Amino acid sequence: MRSKLFSRLLLSLLLMAGLSACSGIEPWVKPYERDRLADPIMAFDPDPVSSSFMQHAYESREGARGGEGAAGGGCGCN
Amino acid sequence: MRFTRGIAVVVLALFAGNAVHAGVLPEERTDIAYQLYTGGGVDINVPHVLVRKQAGSSLSFVGSYYIDMVSSASIDVITTASPYTEERKQWSLGMDYLRGNTIMTVNYTSTEESDYDGSNVAFAVSQDMFGDLTTISLSYSYSDDLVGNSSDPTFEEELKRQQYGVGLTQILSRNLISSLNFTVITDEGYLNNPYRSVRYADPGTALGYSYESELYPNTRTSSALGIRMKYYLPWRAAVEGEYRFFTDTWDIDSNTASLSYTQPFGPWTFTGKYRWHDQTGASFFADIFPRSEATNFRGRDKELSPLTSHTVRLKAAYEFIGGADGWKFIEKASINASVDLMHFDYHEFKDLSTGAPFPDEPLYEMDAVVFQLFFSFWY
Repeated sequence: MRSKLFSRLLLSLLLMAGLSACSGIEPWVKPYERDRLADPIMAFDPDPVSSSFMQHAYESREGARGGEGAAGGGCGCN
Repeated sequence: MRFTRGIAVVVLALFAGNAVHAGVLPEERTDIAYQLYTGGGVDINVPHVLVRKQAGSSLSFVGSYYIDMVSSASIDVITTASPYTEERKQWSLGMDYLRGNTIMTVNYTSTEESDYDGSNVAFAVSQDMFGDLTTISLSYSYSDDLVGNSSDPTFEEELKRQQYGVGLTQILSRNLISSLNFTVITDEGYLNNPYRSVRYADPGTALGYSYESELYPNTRTSSALGIRMKYYLPWRAAVEGEYRFFTDTWDIDSNTASLSYTQPFGPWTFTGKYRWHDQTGASFFADIFPRSEATNFRGRDKELSPLTSHTVRLKAAYEFIGGADGWKFIEKASINASVDLMHFDYHEFKDLSTGAPFPDEPLYEMDAVVFQLFFSFWY
């Protein structure tokens, strides 16, 4: 019983510590410093129609799938 | 029909792409593309259109449509069947709803061909946090497909797929952005290709082997973890690295890595990319089985063989409308052309088309090229 209470207390403390840590985070890249990241050449997926076609071609030619942060669609077959 | 099965993967990945800019609706744009895949005896011509338009400040709608026109005389087809042509039509409709720093997305996709019908529903939510430096996304999709067989009108099997995704996009510095995506996919149903065969040793025949239908497990669960990093170079160029680890219950493990470089020159933007993929084979894959029905499950799909692939991509984009004024309602427009040179080395799948006697057939290898030409308009 005591150990259960201790576990709950410890968990609560950890959660509180975690939350206070979150509130203390200051954005280290300010909005006015994001001009380079906003440049179109920095987009992860600048051409959704093209990347979807390639992604689907790979999924048809290889045994792997998922884990990619790009758009999909398209083809590639037997 | 093989390529139909990737819809769920594709739709979920679409959301992961959105996660980069959660808190801002995707750009309004239209893409009109012609795409061609040619290699290994297969030609696929694809007209493809995508339209995205906002309604008010918090809703964005997207629709896409394309047709795969396939002509196939692949290594599988010429060794065990006859060349064929077919068409696949796919359309999808989606909606994004922006509220505060949250984007909620719903998407429906339908695909149709003579021997395969599929539909997919997908949901996703993404949230910006920590001063918009971090975006977290969660997604789920469900596919319900019907597999047919063009030579047997009574043949009909079901295939269901669920996909779960978690994504994290993180701004690390004013020059560096990263993205982490984890995907779990579960399939349940008919995962065979109804036309494909495996071969087994049959000393009583002239060839030394015979064929029988392949037989796959009815379930498959896979996990993939991908990481991407993109860095802005001091002379206005970008370099991107990507790595993915994949594993599944069929014992396929794979590593995929790529490196790309993007360099703008005035209205031109050039991109070069190299991609490498290496995988182990499925536990029930064999180029030849020792006898008929030798194992519970059997497959000779070359994509389930251990293999290594290499791709080199070159792409050029020319912005012909841009600057501060645009033209009428179009803010920006570009024409894009790309070529992807692909090479596949199969480590256990043999080439039976060379005429070499059994068991001295060479291992199969294949080159393929993807050409893409498309116009993009932003408004």
